Amino acid sequence: MTAPSRTIALWCPDWPVTAAIRAGEVAADPELPIGIFCANRVVACSAAARAEGVRRDLRRREAQGRCPSLVVLAHDPDRDARFFEPVVAAVESSAPGVEVVRPGMVAVGARGPTRYYGGDAATVAHLRGEIHRRCDVPALAGVADGLLAALVAARQSYQSGSGAPTVVAPGRSAEFLAGQSIEALHRSELTDLLGRLGIRTLGAFAALPAHDVADRFGADGADAHRLARGLDLRPLAARAPAPELITRTIFDPPVQRVDTAAFAAKALADEFHDRLTGRGLGCLRLSIVAHTSRGDELVRLWRHEGTLGAKAIADRVRWQLDGWLTATAAANPEDSTDTDSVDGIADLALVPDQVVPYAGAQLRLWDRAAGAVTDWRTETEAAERADRALTRVQGLLGPAGVVTAVSDGGRGPAGTMRLVPWGDPRVPARIPARAGADRAGVTPPWPGRIPPPSPATVLAHPALAAVTDRDGQPIVVGGRLTLSAPPSRLDDEVILAWSGPWPIDERWWDTTTARRCARFQMVTADGTARLLVVEGGYWWIEAVYD
Amino acid sequence: MFEGARALAPVGEVVQRPVLQLVPELARLLPPTGARRGSTIAVTGSTSLLLALLAGPSAGGAWCAIVGMPGLGTAAAAEAGIAVDRLALVPSPGRQWAETVAALIDGVDVVAACPPARLAAGMARRLASRARERGAVLVPVGAWEGAELTLTATGADWAGLSWGAGRLRSRRLDVRVTGRGVAARPRIGVVWWPPPPAEPMPAEPIPALPALEAVG
Repeated sequence: MTAPSRTIALWCPDWPVTAAIRAGEVAADPELPIGIFCANRVVACSAAARAEGVRRDLRRREAQGRCPSLVVLAHDPDRDARFFEPVVAAVESSAPGVEVVRPGMVAVGARGPTRYYGGDAATVAHLRGEIHRRCDVPALAGVADGLLAALVAARQSYQSGSGAPTVVAPGRSAEFLAGQSIEALHRSELTDLLGRLGIRTLGAFAALPAHDVADRFGADGADAHRLARGLDLRPLAARAPAPELITRTIFDPPVQRVDTAAFAAKALADEFHDRLTGRGLGCLRLSIVAHTSRGDELVRLWRHEGTLGAKAIADRVRWQLDGWLTATAAANPEDSTDTDSVDGIADLALVPDQVVPYAGAQLRLWDRAAGAVTDWRTETEAAERADRALTRVQGLLGPAGVVTAVSDGGRGPAGTMRLVPWGDPRVPARIPARAGADRAGVTPPWPGRIPPPSPATVLAHPALAAVTDRDGQPIVVGGRLTLSAPPSRLDDEVILAWSGPWPIDERWWDTTTARRCARFQMVTADGTARLLVVEGGYWWIEAVYD
Repeated sequence: MFEGARALAPVGEVVQRPVLQLVPELARLLPPTGARRGSTIAVTGSTSLLLALLAGPSAGGAWCAIVGMPGLGTAAAAEAGIAVDRLALVPSPGRQWAETVAALIDGVDVVAACPPARLAAGMARRLASRARERGAVLVPVGAWEGAELTLTATGADWAGLSWGAGRLRSRRLDVRVTGRGVAARPRIGVVWWPPPPAEPMPAEPIPALPALEAVG
């Protein structure tokens, strides 16, 4: 059993709030109560909001009840990661081998820096000073044997209020962790169950026999047990990554846009994940290596622990690329118009760091083999399976071949939904982003849109139609929306019922996209209902209610 | 363990597979084994009928995909009750139709697909048996040989629209259900889809105004 390596954890508390302020979404006012919400629950809040009683996991309504002046913002992991990159760079300038645990939290091996700067306290002081000087954010620190103990120590230094780093003496990590809540493991499924079994502290969990834990809770439980005992997940003999496990892609021409990079990241992450799990392996850390078009090498480590799925890996790669590309753009803003001179990412590789045998990521036998028992599957498993299938179809047809609909504003039959390629963020284009956080689910009104039910078939190209009156004369809709006569025939079909006009006068301020037309619903003798639009004197069939 | 053992039952033995929940309008019409996982249910004559068929499973958490229907009204899908975040659309698979459908059957619970004009009978059989093996429901949009059930919309009548007034509100669809096994005898039924809006609140009697009194 190896002794866990001494680790320094640095934590910028309330990072999502800081990132939102950096992004300019709210004013940088320490007195302002800010809450960051995801799925209607508080993810993070500012100190002022906390003073008013806002807590993590609180529902939005209750949070606003406790603090009526709360500024509500949507959670955006991309934003968190993008603005965290400078902090990681600041730490890396003083200590090598930084790994990002998640945006807002980094860990760095203490052995080297401690010798160089002369002691744990001096190292931590130097690193915090460096973060403060370069990025102007406070950072809390914890030093202990093993990552979990270091993270808990950093958290404790926050709770103590003084902000002084918590240093756990070498060899005392197990003792230090024993009194901590089981929640520190951040494995909600496991800790819920343990809580119900009456095990509420890490000490009580650590006291269970290791083999019994492995029997009952599987590989993931055994890992958690090792952590609770103050040990590292590091195996007895970490293998060097076999070269075939490294996934690499070359961009030609170099990538400068985040969305282009993100799509490549997705394919790369899938391949990486398949290669590892296909061999029954996991890795503790994921190293993202990129070369810029100028030949610089960028490397960043992310915590993996075998727990990241393909999607989570893709997220991390995207965040990292976003961070690098944003940093590059900020470094040379003057030549951002000249695409040749801007640094792009020329190639990208995912390298597993410290490969270990890992069984936890494999699907259970029955899931894969038998559709009959698919009701066993949890929702996330179903989502992952669907995602794999859809990504495969994207591989066949190209990324735009598989789309998904997002509710969006608009007046036309097709306009109320927008199609985005599978895997892209599902954000509406016409509903303002800021409104999304404040009024989630509220679409602004679109006067003139046809009330539901919507047509089931929207023609890709509207078909020209002839709408005539009893005498065979074409129906003309006047400027004041009066009809020359009641419509009687649509092409050769007798009209049984009709209604309209629903007038549209859109974007009159812009001559190129302005549109003036009127819509009608018509039911013909064959029982078909159609949506027609009259524009510039011509009738078009726009959609069919089939 | 029992579940697992059952999953390994030899091919050909009747395996009781879970049945996907349908919207009440359709559940009344289909045999109780209606949308059993692994079955093939063809829908012809109406896109709304297809959306109605997907609405129940989707609301129950299933993933759905619709292949080869570039004109599908996604707003209508959302109104029908389909969760659009679990609905994937492959509008134009082109020549890769069969590969696309096969890949989707592997991971998506309900796969609706509009078959190309000419589809080899062997390919249709292979896709149906793949769906049976994976426990997905294959919903061909159009005629399909060997489907367990075929839903055909034979007539429609719209309500809500009159001569120059009103708007389309709901529709009575005549649906003919044919199939194999329990469904061998054709059934004919009526489905209201889109369903009529909830019954309007009965008008409350207007309280009688107090009689005017002379004041002054």
